[in-house]
Amino acid sequence: MRYIEPHGHMVSRTTDDYQAMAMAGCAAICEPAFWAGFDRKSADGFYDYFCQLTQHEPKRAAKFGLPHYCWLCINPKESEDMALAQDVLSLIPQFINSPTVLGIGEIGLNKNTRNEMKVLEQHIELAVKYDQLILVHTPHLEDKRKGTRLIMQVLKSHPKVRPERVIIDHVEEHTIAEVLDAGFWAGITLYPESKATPTRAVDMLENYAAQRVWLNSACDWGVSDPVAVPKAVVEMRRRGHTAKAIDSLVYGNPVRFLSQSPNFKDPQALLS
Amino acid sequence: MSQPHPLTATAGRSKGQVADLHFMDARSKLLDLAAFLDRLERATGPEDHRVRGLRAALPLLLAAGDDRVAKILHLWSDPSSAPIEKADTKSASGVWPGIQ
Ligand SMILES: [Zn+2]
Repeated sequence: MRYIEPHGHMVSRTTDDYQAMAMAGCAAICEPAFWAGFDRKSADGFYDYFCQLTQHEPKRAAKFGLPHYCWLCINPKESEDMALAQDVLSLIPQFINSPTVLGIGEIGLNKNTRNEMKVLEQHIELAVKYDQLILVHTPHLEDKRKGTRLIMQVLKSHPKVRPERVIIDHVEEHTIAEVLDAGFWAGITLYPESKATPTRAVDMLENYAAQRVWLNSACDWGVSDPVAVPKAVVEMRRRGHTAKAIDSLVYGNPVRFLSQSPNFKDPQALLS
Repeated sequence: MSQPHPLTATAGRSKGQVADLHFMDARSKLLDLAAFLDRLERATGPEDHRVRGLRAALPLLLAAGDDRVAKILHLWSDPSSAPIEKADTKSASGVWPGIQ
């Protein structure tokens, strides 16, 4: 079995996690920029974080034979502070040409505030200006449906945003259809308590087909599971899905979306 | 609309096969839910909006259709559509606090 982990916050994980992922068949990892679990006090903290994402973490992943890619942004949880957000946005261009950067993400909304919306719009402008893919974080729990709809309104109203170059992550049963019907990619996140379990995720895949969907663990510093994607693969096998269908979902789909960035290399091609 | 995918081939699955795969897991989760409600019964003080939301979702489990999860998630969602001025917290509780 081979799979891509398209959303893992590896700076928060141990080398044991890298080892477990490599042993489970992981072929590449993509790391969106995210909240550290606490608010950073200045743009300097983000400068260091972007260095970590673009320079240090790829070396750590390489020790396990894993290509490591990243996405850059200030996440919505820290976007309420507009002054900080402006400082961080102005840092991004100096990192955007790093060879492992895939795009702008994970941007989006957290509590659906006006400031979060403004910073989201600025990130989208940045992505358009530098011709980057976009990875969107949708809000948690009761805020998700409203936030997903607001985010899609902003994306759809921008004449230069192409939905097939945007993945809207953390969809659940009440948001997945709207996201796919609007032409975007949808990410299903596997979490032990919130978001989706492997069984619910596979139900969604069976119900909505799997043409523009990926699965991810979104493993970070909180309760999360770096090998959640292979666990969903076990669930698909239990239900009798073919190896070919599973491979096209957990390997083929991420490769198809991510290959829209010239920086992403199909791991299979790198091996041969 | 999205196109069909080989993974969608579920038409031939019988109710017995689904039960064989998932009944024990569902049984365990239902008992856990019952135990949670019992534990609440033995606790003191007013009920908060999260539990109100959970109770409001229970009838949806018995309704017809194959979209119970979506219906419950819609029930618990913030029904407003305009961005808010400012957030007083970073987190979410799991159920929209205004739920009746
Ligand atoms: Zn994330």
